Amino acid sequence: MNWDWTVIWENIPKLMDGALLTLELVLFSGLIGVLLAIPLALLRVSNNIWVRALPYAYIFFFRGTPLLIQIFLVYYGASQFEWIKESSLWPILREPYWCAVITFGLHTAAYIAELLRGAIQSIPKGEIEAAKALGMSYPKMLRRITLPRAFGIMMPSYGNEVILMLKGSALASTITLLDLTGMARTIIARTYTPLEIFLAAGVMYLIISALIIFLFRMLERYFNRHQHWPNEKPKGLDSQLLSKD
Amino acid sequence: MDLQGFGHLLISGAWVTLQLALCSLAVGLIFGLLGASAKVSSSKVLRAIGNGYTLFVRGMPELLLVLTIFFGSSAVLMAIASQFGYDEYIELSPFVAGVTALSIAFGAYATEVFRSALQEIPKGQKEAAVALGMTKYQTFKRVTLPQVWRIALPGLGNLFLVLLKDTALVSVIGLNELMRQAAVAVGYTKEPFTFYVAAACIYLFLTSISMAGLYYLERFANRGYQGAR
Repeated sequence: MNWDWTVIWENIPKLMDGALLTLELVLFSGLIGVLLAIPLALLRVSNNIWVRALPYAYIFFFRGTPLLIQIFLVYYGASQFEWIKESSLWPILREPYWCAVITFGLHTAAYIAELLRGAIQSIPKGEIEAAKALGMSYPKMLRRITLPRAFGIMMPSYGNEVILMLKGSALASTITLLDLTGMARTIIARTYTPLEIFLAAGVMYLIISALIIFLFRMLERYFNRHQHWPNEKPKGLDSQLLSKD
Repeated sequence: MDLQGFGHLLISGAWVTLQLALCSLAVGLIFGLLGASAKVSSSKVLRAIGNGYTLFVRGMPELLLVLTIFFGSSAVLMAIASQFGYDEYIELSPFVAGVTALSIAFGAYATEVFRSALQEIPKGQKEAAVALGMTKYQTFKRVTLPQVWRIALPGLGNLFLVLLKDTALVSVIGLNELMRQAAVAVGYTKEPFTFYVAAACIYLFLTSISMAGLYYLERFANRGYQGAR
C-alpha cells in the first residue's frame, strides 16, 4: 500500500468548499431546530394530556427512525403527490439543498425539544413562583425567566446535539449534495484513493467539532453568567448594585 | 397501505437489519470493554491509544466510517496479505464491512460509558478483592464486570437505539437491509412515500421493542436495589 500525500494537498481546496456547505447545513438546520423546538417543548410540559400528545408523537417519530429514511421521505417521497408538485412549495422541495435543510431542521428539533423539556422541568420551582409573584404575564415570564434559564441549563447537552447534527449532515451526500462527505466521494471517484481522502475529510470533521465545542463553552459562559458573580459583573447593571459588596 | 406485494421484501430486509445490529452490538461491546480498559490502565501508551480511538471515531460521521471501511479496507487487507505472500484481490462483503464500521462507532461511545461505570465502583471493593488474594483478572471477572453491567446498562441501551438507526447507513454500500429493500421496491412501484413510510414504521416497531426490552433488562439488573415494598 502506498500512501499518497500529494492527492490530499491537491484536493484540500475542494474539501474546504465541501466543509463550507456542511457548516451552512448545520447552521441553518440548527436555527430551524431551535425555533421549532421552543413551542414543541412548551407544549410537551403542559399538564393537559391531549396537548402533550402531539409533540410526543412528533418526537417519537423523529427519534425512532433513521435520519436517512427521513431525508429520503422528504426528497423522494414528496414527489409522489401531484398536489405537492403543483403547489408553490415545489420549487423548494425540488432542491436537494432545501430538502436537506428542512429534514435536518425537523430532525434536530425533536432532539432539542426533548433537551429543552428536561431543562424547563429542572428550573427551580422558586424562580417560576417568584416571577408569578412579581405579576409577570406568561409571555414575559417565558422571555425573562423560563427560556434564558432553560437555555443555560441545556447548553452543554445542546453542544453535543450540534456535533451529532454535524455528523448527521454527512447524509446530505446521499441526495447528491456536495458537502464534505459528498465532495470526498466525488474526488475518490476520480482519483481512487479512498483511504487518503476519507481520512482527510475525517480530520476536517474533527476540526469542525473542536471549533463547535469551543463555541459552546463560550455560549454556556454567556447564558450562565449569573453563576460567575461577583467575579465577573454583567454590563449595564444599576450602579448601586455594583457598589455593594 | 398498499404494498403491492413487496411486503415480504421489507420483512426480509428488517431481518438483515436486526442481524446487522446484533452482530455489531456483540463486537462493539468487546471494542468498548477493550477501549475502557485501555483508558483506565496505568500504561501511558494504552491510554493514548484509547483516547485517540474515542476522539477520532466520535468526531467522524458514521457514514464516512462506513464508506472508509468498505472502500479502504481492500488496500489495507491486500497490503497485509502480500506480506504473507498472498497476492489475490481481497474485498470485504458489505455485511462484514457494515459490522466492522458500526461496531467501531458503537465501541467508541461504549468506551466512555464503560469508563464512567468503572470509575463508579468503590475502590474498597477492589482492595478487598486484592486482600483476598485474587489476581487482577479474577478481580475484573468476579467483582468489577458484574457491577459494570448494571451501571452501564442505561447508557448502553441508548447506544443500541442509535446503532439500530445507524444500520440504515449500510444500505449506501449495497447491503440488502431494510432501507435498501425499501429503495428497491420504490424503484419498481415509483411510490417513494408509501414505502419509506412503511420502512419507517418497521424501524419504529424495532426501536419500541428494544426500548421495552431494555426497560425489563434494567429492572432485572437493578433487582437488588429496589428495596422492600
